[in-house]
Amino acid sequence: MSTDTVSPDSEVRVQGRSRLSTLLATVLPPIIFGFFIIGFWYAVSYGVLDADRRFLLEPPHKVWQKGFADWDNFSELLDGLKSSARVAILGLSISIVLGMTLAVVMSQAKSIERALFPYMVTLQAIPVLAIVPLIGFWFGFGFKSRVVVAVIISLFPIIVNTLFGLQSAERGIHDLFTLHHASRLTRLRKLTFPNALPAIFAGLRISAGLSVIGAIVGDFFFGQGDIGVGQLLRRYANFLQGEQLLAAVIMSSLMGVVVFLAFGWLQDKVTGKWYEHGGQDV
Amino acid sequence: MADPGATPSPTLSFNSISMVFPDGTEAVQDVSFSVDRGEFVTVVGPSGCGKSTLLKIASGLLEPTGGSVGIDRENLGYVFQDATLLQWRTVKQNVELLAELHSVDKAERGRMSKEAIDLVGLTGFENHYPKSLSGGMKMRVSLARSLTRKPPVFLFDEPFGAVDEITREHLNEETLALFQREGFAGLFITHSISEAVFMSTRVLVMSARPGKIIAEFEVPFEYPRSPDLRFDADFAHLSGEISASLRGAHV
Repeated sequence: MSTDTVSPDSEVRVQGRSRLSTLLATVLPPIIFGFFIIGFWYAVSYGVLDADRRFLLEPPHKVWQKGFADWDNFSELLDGLKSSARVAILGLSISIVLGMTLAVVMSQAKSIERALFPYMVTLQAIPVLAIVPLIGFWFGFGFKSRVVVAVIISLFPIIVNTLFGLQSAERGIHDLFTLHHASRLTRLRKLTFPNALPAIFAGLRISAGLSVIGAIVGDFFFGQGDIGVGQLLRRYANFLQGEQLLAAVIMSSLMGVVVFLAFGWLQDKVTGKWYEHGGQDV
Repeated sequence: MADPGATPSPTLSFNSISMVFPDGTEAVQDVSFSVDRGEFVTVVGPSGCGKSTLLKIASGLLEPTGGSVGIDRENLGYVFQDATLLQWRTVKQNVELLAELHSVDKAERGRMSKEAIDLVGLTGFENHYPKSLSGGMKMRVSLARSLTRKPPVFLFDEPFGAVDEITREHLNEETLALFQREGFAGLFITHSISEAVFMSTRVLVMSARPGKIIAEFEVPFEYPRSPDLRFDADFAHLSGEISASLRGAHV
């Protein structure tokens, strides 16, 4: 641990200082840039906009006062977030089960993959806006339809990434399993599925963020039942409540960030010990 | 699985094997030779001459378009060009894979993997993941994995091509020690002449596409072979002859 020339005590101090400086080097740049953003925001609010048009971009402290510090407003926003989070979590769960099942099925035979893949791409290519009326007809104008939108938006990255992961095992390892007469199920359990985990998590991180977006978009269109973030955004916009509108935008993007980080943490727990990053980070 | 017409005596035999791929490439042409227990036969040849194809045919991964193979495929050691480890498994779990695929119970698996890991000198690394191992260590894990099955035939497909020279020489010596201990029939593929001469009882030279056996050299040196053998005059002489015949094969 310690060397002859440096006492353990001073070594700790040197280490501590260098850890602090690396922490600062990571944290300082975004903080400084954050101040620039706030400064620019003030400049636009007070410099560019006249008083009667200031509702277009209320200054940061007003957003804070009305959107966050006012408990009535903030608790309304939190309730909306809770409702949208419930939609996002259910939608994401369905996407995970459905997407991974489809990918596993597609990975079993090239013909199945060829049969299904064009339809996946088509489904992905439909603008949600275009099928909103249909979704409403079929699933009503409440919770169910919001979940459907969240699923449609978050499904594709899970399918594509899982399928890619399942197909990316080395040829030689497949040969090894062939030589030892491994069954399809054994090959899936012991080779292709664990091999796909890093790719699956890359897909999950994208889809988790998308499911939040899907939940909010769905809520925006389907307003029956609980009031989610989408409905709040719509109402704040209608009543020109700029402060609360910005607060809602900030909180929903925070929700996306939290989900993204949570899946990053889970990914590290599951694959961190063994996964060797091949170049770029996901 | 094994060819019914083959006689049981040589452990591995190629009988007039030909291989033409669907795209028309003629990889192997009329190859016949056999390898017995206690023999270590190496095939050398230029890249792309169909050396690896021979191993794929021997193991049943490829069906030859002509000829037959005599081999018991139920228990076959196959060491690939890459270590082909499962990166989510520790060294011990990787070594136990084949026993697992053959439904060996847990206690027995543990005993087998311990013995194999000891044999390749990786004791102490049981719980490491492949990402923390060097290229040479990964190859040792790969060897240990095959050893758990105690196969009577070992096929080596240029296994040490990707490691540095010093490591390669060490791995050569260790593989020979295993060969002497286990007494398997070894069929080794390489494009390194000195590796071929150092390891083998017999060296076969294969021509460029279509691959044919164009020369055969008996290697007279006694086992165990000392690393100094590589600097012996006879060693150099034999290597020179093989090199000359290989150069002929390249035309």
